[in-house]
Amino acid sequence: MRRREALRVVANESVGPYSLIRVERGSLDPGSPGQFFMLEAPGRPLPRPMSLCQAPPGELGFLLESIGPGTRALAAVEPREKIHVFGPLGNGYRLDVERPLLVGGGIGVAPFPYLSAVLGSPPAILGFRSDWHAEAASLVPNAEVVVEPTLVTERLRPDHDVLACGPEPMLEAVRELAPNAQLAWEAPMACGYGACYGCSVEIDGVLKRLCVAGPVLEAA
Amino acid sequence: MILNASGCLDALEAPEVARALDVFVTKTVTPQPREGNRPVRIAETEAGMLNSIGLENPGIDGLLREKLPRLAELGVPLWVSVGGFAAADYAQLCAALADRPEVSAIELNLSCPNVEEAPESAAELVAAARPQTRKTLYAKLSPAATDLPETARAVQAAGADGLSLVNTIRGLALDDETLQPRLGHELGGYSGPALKPIALAAVYQCYRATGLPIVGMGGIATGRDALDFLAAGASSIALGTVLFGDPDAPGRVRRELAEELASRGLSGPEAATGLAHGAKPASVA
Repeated sequence: MRRREALRVVANESVGPYSLIRVERGSLDPGSPGQFFMLEAPGRPLPRPMSLCQAPPGELGFLLESIGPGTRALAAVEPREKIHVFGPLGNGYRLDVERPLLVGGGIGVAPFPYLSAVLGSPPAILGFRSDWHAEAASLVPNAEVVVEPTLVTERLRPDHDVLACGPEPMLEAVRELAPNAQLAWEAPMACGYGACYGCSVEIDGVLKRLCVAGPVLEAA
Repeated sequence: MILNASGCLDALEAPEVARALDVFVTKTVTPQPREGNRPVRIAETEAGMLNSIGLENPGIDGLLREKLPRLAELGVPLWVSVGGFAAADYAQLCAALADRPEVSAIELNLSCPNVEEAPESAAELVAAARPQTRKTLYAKLSPAATDLPETARAVQAAGADGLSLVNTIRGLALDDETLQPRLGHELGGYSGPALKPIALAAVYQCYRATGLPIVGMGGIATGRDALDFLAAGASSIALGTVLFGDPDAPGRVRRELAEELASRGLSGPEAATGLAHGAKPASVA
């Protein structure tokens, strides 16, 4: 059951270029891996959607990359500050998979620490644009890391159940090779709970409201 | 009364939010189903947001067949927002809703900034809708009208029972690096805190011009904002962009407004309506 609550920031640590923000869990349910939360971005009109990265006891952890005013505001939060967090939202990964393989690119690794913990540390292939970005791979056990120009698709193994998250070109390339993959998509979102109709993405010519239809969608 | 601004809440996805309102207003329905505009559809700005959803909706038949029965089960009075591209569309939509007991009022969206406008004036659209239904008709106007009080008087003369003020106002945001429009549809409707003074002026002017009941909206985020709209002349208020960041806003704004009214010795919202025009409430010496 989703709730919104002002939660105290426990820690804000750098992981390569990314920020790992941990907040007290309050009465929020961590939900299922791949689900997301709307995080208040202090001083900004709208919150920002973040998939849950870690669910340590009593806490919720979010990994984010500063790419705009909202994520910069979030990356600047200090321990003991309170921010409103709303969730869990959307549909996470289907977990009834026999041979899971996590495939992620860049900040797309965000949901994998939690997903990996729930699935019992399955193998992962993680791609990054630099060694600095690749420091985030330390959050995911059992991961093979590739750095550009090598792409994750060059290391995809057949006969695995692919659970992917990353930039759109990566997801498109993954679904070509693994039609049974589960893909976590991303879009600008104002509300996260179906109210704004803003997060529609066009997949194969069809518009899908990502917050309620996804963010995890079957590739085929 | 606290309503949602049309298009800012899906009551079937968030029934608990809809139940915290006094009225749920549907997303605008058009005669035919519409897929809406291509992404990107929203862009946050410094003091608000732009949207260009483009009236995505299942069409009037889809609404009547699939959504209305489920919306009626919520137990919240229901207003249907209707929109079109010609006067005949408004007439058709109002006729289709006229006999539906689930619908307590119809809001005529005469001012969506994201689709092509009907060639007729707002008053002509109201005049086309009016004979089709005995239901209460609210006309939703844009604050961008050249002479808004005149438009308000004209829709009143054409048979509108009330006004919804205001719709979003057209805006543009450019990408920091590429300097290209951030929205797929380029221009969008601007909403949020920056809209409040514009909306407040619209309510103030139209209250004077018409005396009609007004649903005030535009950047309302707190009870104090709501009080301002009542004082300017609104009899009800609607929440829009604030719902995106705070789904608990209906209950919070209701509590805050009650505190604002009580602290001024006002007996209720109706005692505050129009105060900005110089009237003094009986309870205040």
